[in-house]
Amino acid sequence: MRDIALMYDSARRQSPFVEEFRSLLRYSELIRQLILRSIKTRYKRSILGIAWTMINPLLTMAVLTLVFSRLFQFPTRTYALHVLSGLLIWNFFAQTSLAAMGEMMWSGSLLGRIYVPKTAFAVGALGTGLVNLVLAVIPYLVISLLLGVIPPATLLLLPVPVLFTGLFTLGVGLALSSMVLYFQDIQPTYEILLAAWFYLTPVIYPVGLLPAGLAALLKWNPMFHYVELFRSTVLTGSLPGLASLTAQGLFGLAVFVLGWWIFTRRARDYAYQI
Amino acid sequence: MLIKSDQPVEKAVRSRAAAMVALEGVSVRYRLPIERVPTFKEFAIRWFQRRLSYRDLWALREVSFEVEPGEILGVVGPNGAGKSTLLKVIARVLHPSQGRVVTRGSIAPILELGGGFHPELTGRENVYLFGSLLGRTRSEMDAGFEEVVDFAELWDFIDAPLRTYSSGMQARLAFAVATAEFADVILVDEVLAVGDLRFQEKCLHRMNGYSDQGATILFVSHNPGTIERMCERALWLSNGTVKDLGSSDRVINAYTSALA
Repeated sequence: MRDIALMYDSARRQSPFVEEFRSLLRYSELIRQLILRSIKTRYKRSILGIAWTMINPLLTMAVLTLVFSRLFQFPTRTYALHVLSGLLIWNFFAQTSLAAMGEMMWSGSLLGRIYVPKTAFAVGALGTGLVNLVLAVIPYLVISLLLGVIPPATLLLLPVPVLFTGLFTLGVGLALSSMVLYFQDIQPTYEILLAAWFYLTPVIYPVGLLPAGLAALLKWNPMFHYVELFRSTVLTGSLPGLASLTAQGLFGLAVFVLGWWIFTRRARDYAYQI
Repeated sequence: MLIKSDQPVEKAVRSRAAAMVALEGVSVRYRLPIERVPTFKEFAIRWFQRRLSYRDLWALREVSFEVEPGEILGVVGPNGAGKSTLLKVIARVLHPSQGRVVTRGSIAPILELGGGFHPELTGRENVYLFGSLLGRTRSEMDAGFEEVVDFAELWDFIDAPLRTYSSGMQARLAFAVATAEFADVILVDEVLAVGDLRFQEKCLHRMNGYSDQGATILFVSHNPGTIERMCERALWLSNGTVKDLGSSDRVINAYTSALA
């Protein structure tokens, strides 16, 4: 008579990799609630509220354009959009991977008390990042039109770079979250690493500015490809070839699978660490 | 070694499939570093020098028992006897280091509560956040919302941020959410100590109601009187092992005279 799906047997040998997917599906409402919580609490006490999501990159863009468009001898309009598009996708990656770790630490006290599929926190962080990204793309398009640059038709393909970058980001976030319960210094270390990574990726400067030797090394930086892919859909319209596109998608998927594996392999022990 | 000991366990569990909760030789080991290694840098240095050493702490050792459908089992024992660990290993929070845990049906853990709340969100928003942490769907929570607030008696404050609540109000809200749904197995850990006497009575009443509907309850309490009143059987835990298991009158008597 009893619902057999609800039977729990600690001795049943199941792949944690697969089991976590199933468990997460049953907790889909939790993911929705985590996203709502992050978005509601982030700006709860500020007057401008959710508008900050859009204003923040715009201000950065304005400052950078003022300072650097002269320096790099770049036409102001193109440079402003170059910076803003780069910042949108970079911030999505940086904030989401950091938030995945932060959520995991927030959940720490809970993990020792109730059963929750632990990937929900990183997946919730990804969802929050996606909402913020969508909210920031809207003012980007407005600015683009105001500057007289009509976005290319490739804009319709925007979900493609977002999906690829999202998979990569979730993989990185999961791998970091699996360590953060064990070592407190992972988060500050990663923040320093992110700052260096930011300057090694052509977000605020054009690729052409780099000397040939350094430019050749860029292909080993995955974020370089994802930033360029995002930029090509919203700004330049020059998509990479199908082979390159496939490679970028497969790489994102591989990083996600690896992160999921690293995280779920030890997920059962996390409650012992609290 | 592990595989060998698994074989007879499987048979034993299958032969009495009716039990709602079955533990067979369950041990839980916490591995504590002798010196705390909080940073990755230090961990790497020590690992390299082979200076990482651990001390094993067995919170439970070879615990075996079964809980029949509809039973209320009381659990007593001094602090550090492993009572909370026992509930956690049944609630699937901790995976047993050895042995096997089998449970049937839905499980509602009512452990130390409140960790799932966010101070900046309103009471209403927190009801949904906490409910989803307990694995509930939105339609379940919509359907049960009014009863949660009725039970917590918090209609006047439900749209105020949680940081404005007193600790008693937070505890009431948490208990109301945690117990909102009937569950086949309910794990209660000392939470009835929160709130005033009238609220405690209300909580016990709700537990009894679920018991009448056929719920199986594991009940941890420091109050031997409550256990004698509510439970037919009681389990006495001491240093992580089962010291006694039987009719609650007898076990509680033995437990209280051992304390004296």
